[in-house]
Amino acid sequence: MISDPNVVGLLYLVAIVCFILALRFLSSPKNARRGNWIGGVGMLVAIGTTLALEGIGNWALLAIAAAIGTAIGLVGARTVKMTAMPQMVALFNGVGGGAAALVAFSEFHVSNGDVSSDEIVSIVLSSLIGSVSFAGSMIAFAKLQELLSGRPIVFRGQNVVNSAILLGAGGLGIALIAGLEAQWALVALIVLALLFGVMFVLPIGGADMPVVISLLNAFTGLAASATGFVLDSTVLIVAGMLVGASGTFLTLMMARAMNRSVANVLFGAFGQVQAGPAGERADDGRTVRATTPEDVAVQLSFARKVVVVPGYGMAVAQAQHDVRQLAEVLEERGVDVAYAIHPVAGRMPGHMNVLLAEANVPYDQLKEMDEINPEFAQTDVALVIGANDVTNPAARDQTSSPIYGMPILDVDKAASVIVMKRSMNPGFAGIDNELYLDPRTTMLFGDAKESVVKLIGAVKAQ
Amino acid sequence: MTHTPLVIELTILVLAIFLGFEVISKVPTMLHTPLMSGTNFIHGIVIVGAIVVLGFADDGVTKTIGFVAMVLATANVVGGWFVTDRMLEMFKRRPTDRER
Repeated sequence: MISDPNVVGLLYLVAIVCFILALRFLSSPKNARRGNWIGGVGMLVAIGTTLALEGIGNWALLAIAAAIGTAIGLVGARTVKMTAMPQMVALFNGVGGGAAALVAFSEFHVSNGDVSSDEIVSIVLSSLIGSVSFAGSMIAFAKLQELLSGRPIVFRGQNVVNSAILLGAGGLGIALIAGLEAQWALVALIVLALLFGVMFVLPIGGADMPVVISLLNAFTGLAASATGFVLDSTVLIVAGMLVGASGTFLTLMMARAMNRSVANVLFGAFGQVQAGPAGERADDGRTVRATTPEDVAVQLSFARKVVVVPGYGMAVAQAQHDVRQLAEVLEERGVDVAYAIHPVAGRMPGHMNVLLAEANVPYDQLKEMDEINPEFAQTDVALVIGANDVTNPAARDQTSSPIYGMPILDVDKAASVIVMKRSMNPGFAGIDNELYLDPRTTMLFGDAKESVVKLIGAVKAQ
Repeated sequence: MTHTPLVIELTILVLAIFLGFEVISKVPTMLHTPLMSGTNFIHGIVIVGAIVVLGFADDGVTKTIGFVAMVLATANVVGGWFVTDRMLEMFKRRPTDRER
């Protein structure tokens, strides 16, 4: 039992330092894992300290809840495939946000609405942001898990409806802060916030997920931080805010990588109306040329430099291990292989890096966009595996294109381009890719994993 | 818990924002996914709030809310940590370490 507030404060300070170190150690892959362990120690210190607070009871309930939570967390974390990582991140985001909102609500409930002015501000903020994060993350999870369509779900007047919901929640929040001591108001606020969370993620397409996931991450951090003000807990304030800062940083970075504002990603309902120029270009005489694994194998085997451009299609097909194998077979033949990583390839920041790390690809072969783009001119074959919009030259020169201005990988500068794709369906942006009509481009249709396996065999047979 | 003056708490908050940006801007792009899941784990700190709510709860409603909050927060902490650890384990191998 710890009754001295100074001891409690110091122990929480230890936890804070551990969390900061955990993030600090993430600056290099070598020490990153140790950092996570330090963070774990910090969490245990914080939990232990809280459990030792004077007057804590309900031990049986605490133990049961902890056991259930641990089971969910362990099973989830252990069984999830690396390719399913974005939805896992979304899920853990959601539960954190939900917990923050519940904690804030119960503080209001316990005090029967009779709280100080700074407490009610924090309670309103925490309930609002936490609920939005919870509901939004669940929708993001459902979309990534393909329980819901990954395409934007839109209807007319969507932005008006969403604004109304948000205004309603905001109005209730202001009424509560102004002194409305009614629990129904906070309940209604939470319901509206949940609704808003659902509505604001629904219209966001799969390709914009990196922005949304980062943003929800920031929201949960902010909700936790606000809860810290309710409970007068510095460890919550600081740890929550560290997450808030990190999520904000990633959100801005992802948006910048797409050359769009965060507001445009969230409210632009991307992929909605882009029928325009596609029709005129389709019949200008150029056609898509399909090829066979054997032909591709010949090209690859006799190339000096091959650049692999992975995208979400590789993740879906879980082809990362086979891709690495293909690269190794090529390297044995003296081919120089590198991987070009676009910042928003996949469904969350750094998605391709994780997948290729799982497949044991040495990370000196992973090249970021700025580093690899000048090298395409000396590249013999660019092998695009399940990536689409991030290679679309329309982003460079077609002002009418919805992705105009987005920095892309300059694969069309390579001597030849091979695009591995399931079918001619456009990417998540829902637009045609000029690259496929380029005379230097050939298409290898089929499941990425099957195609790569065939390629390995064909290269070996060379 | 003891009562900290609001101004002090706000000061701490603002310093944490700057510190957060400072630390996070040093994380290489390659590690952005582990950064996400690592910070996911850290916001599990809300478990402290869940313990306080459930630990001090008297009535049924508070107990129920606290219980659910505790389940969610524990799942957040445990899941977040193990996912991050799994991910970082893959990055730990030396850059040129080839299996074969």
